[in-house]
Amino acid sequence: MNEPVEHNAPLLELKNLHVGIPGRRGSVDIVRDVSFSIMPGEAFGLVGESGSGKSLTALSLIRLLKKPLKVSQGQILFKGDDLQNLTDRAMRQMRGDRIAMIFQEPMTALNPLKTVGRQIAEMFVLHKGMGWAEAGRKAVDALASVHVPAPEERVRAYPHQMSGGMRQRVMIAIALACDPDLLIADEPTTALDVTVQDEVLKLIAELCAARGTAVLLISHDLGVIANMCQRVGVMYSGRLVEERDTYDLFADPRHPYTKGLLGALPRLGTRHGAAGRQRLVDIDSLIKDRDTLLQEFCFEPRNPVRDPRLRAGMAGGVE
Amino acid sequence: MKDNATTAPPLLEIRDLHVHFPVGNKLFARNRRLLRAVSGINLSLGHGECLSIVGESGCGKSTTALAVMGLQEPTSGDILVDGQSIIGDNAPGRMDRARIAQMVFQDPYASLNPRQTVHRSLAAPLRLHGTPNSEIDDRVADILKKVGLLPEHGARFPHEFSGGQRQRIGIARALILGPRILMLDEPVSALDVSVRAQIINLLLDLQEDLSLSFVMISHDLGVVEHMSDRVAVMYFGQIVELGRWDAIFARPTHPYTRKLIATIPDPDTVLHPDRDRRAGKAPEPPAGYRFCPEDIGRPDVYSVPAESALIEIGPGHFVRCATA
Repeated sequence: MNEPVEHNAPLLELKNLHVGIPGRRGSVDIVRDVSFSIMPGEAFGLVGESGSGKSLTALSLIRLLKKPLKVSQGQILFKGDDLQNLTDRAMRQMRGDRIAMIFQEPMTALNPLKTVGRQIAEMFVLHKGMGWAEAGRKAVDALASVHVPAPEERVRAYPHQMSGGMRQRVMIAIALACDPDLLIADEPTTALDVTVQDEVLKLIAELCAARGTAVLLISHDLGVIANMCQRVGVMYSGRLVEERDTYDLFADPRHPYTKGLLGALPRLGTRHGAAGRQRLVDIDSLIKDRDTLLQEFCFEPRNPVRDPRLRAGMAGGVE
Repeated sequence: MKDNATTAPPLLEIRDLHVHFPVGNKLFARNRRLLRAVSGINLSLGHGECLSIVGESGCGKSTTALAVMGLQEPTSGDILVDGQSIIGDNAPGRMDRARIAQMVFQDPYASLNPRQTVHRSLAAPLRLHGTPNSEIDDRVADILKKVGLLPEHGARFPHEFSGGQRQRIGIARALILGPRILMLDEPVSALDVSVRAQIINLLLDLQEDLSLSFVMISHDLGVVEHMSDRVAVMYFGQIVELGRWDAIFARPTHPYTRKLIATIPDPDTVLHPDRDRRAGKAPEPPAGYRFCPEDIGRPDVYSVPAESALIEIGPGHFVRCATA
């Protein structure tokens, strides 16, 4: 992706975001105190394991959190305005038009009963006020822009008639139809084969760079993040534990969890000779020294159990 | 396969394995098309070795594994264990086969019975194989300890475990009968990074302690490089490159292997952009040959593949070529 366009104001700014389940004695927070900002045209990566809160952070941005989850504290500033102050109707106009999202599994995100052309055209009708005929013609262009072969015929295809890679391309076409300012891609290639993943990632990078769209890429794959993003945030247990330039993060990880995550990954080219196999780092064994780590780095055990007595009992458990 | 000139037969040998599936919706049509999932595979697995089969979805790697397990009847070809054929008339029964090879599946939750306790799942094969009741509890407790769980965990149901623990149970169940070969079908791809590291470490420890041989199917080349002794790269029913892990990763030769390695998102490319594996000159095919298949597009899985052979380009390093 190209150099980010230099602007003073960030496109998106999260300030001390907490997401949780409201309860009688205050909210039980799952995402805690997350702050980061994305500049226009920049690609920002959020990396972490399942349950680290990266998807909840993304869903809270576009108000797609399922009940009873709620943003309990903090601000979500998009171009300087807090998205939480928008009405539901204004938010609906924002989604898809200014902020678009690509999901992990394109088959469940697409409507199986409508042709892909109609699903793309819908974006133009809803957000740009076009008629269906004109929108249909624009859909062909949109499909061509994501390198789907024979777009004139493919607009009439249903999602089940396409391969996984093609469906994800359709998702990208829908997401980028209205030239959004921010594209949220939540594990966009996890369900795809490696060679198809490569093509889809290149497509996202290419299209977003050409349109100046900022990307919030969520992935558990450090390799994907490294290749796509200029800055990375590492999430663990609902907190952002490290947020750095991609190069700095991989060259010199500071937080023990980031170090563990990088050491736990069997990386190409790290095995040297017959005996050169290094044992992979077991992150959970790091957590056992948590008393010292906790004070310095808020490196807590996974289960967010609030009772300190329970927590003490958990320290010796497996996984 | 010319293996290190050992006189003893390899533990497992696959000879010219073909698996074809008839396809087409015309049930009584005379000429039904054949989908050639596996067309002519030769592989051998030595004692204590880890052989990885890599390739995209649909390249036939799982079909090959199922054929070894006896879950898929081969169209032609032979599979030998210790030099004895396990296909056709002199095939061993299912009970004997269960002691030869067992499989660890990708999704541990889908492959465990949700209504049986772990103990019951693990004890069932022992009971079927006539283990005396007095020994069963000890054997189950023993295997649970081996995979890093506690004997008490046997009383629990699969849903009470985390993903990593479930995969440990999947490994325990594969090991309970003491098989000689473990077929690992994407053993860690459904797991999180930290848990993945634990399971990989566990598998490598078990391989050493129990002198197991692995056939691993994976598309994660990082894991493959870390675990394997030898690697076979499959492309639409055929092996296109075969060799020791260091030969495959240091000198990938076939265009498909090179493409596969180049497409892996590698965190190290950020640090060493000069070491980008996408760059670099493609090696020339051996004299008098051309790589086969030459262009990596959508191949036709219905027709007979073009005449080609695995040519040795280094010690134990083979590449599929056709005469030029």
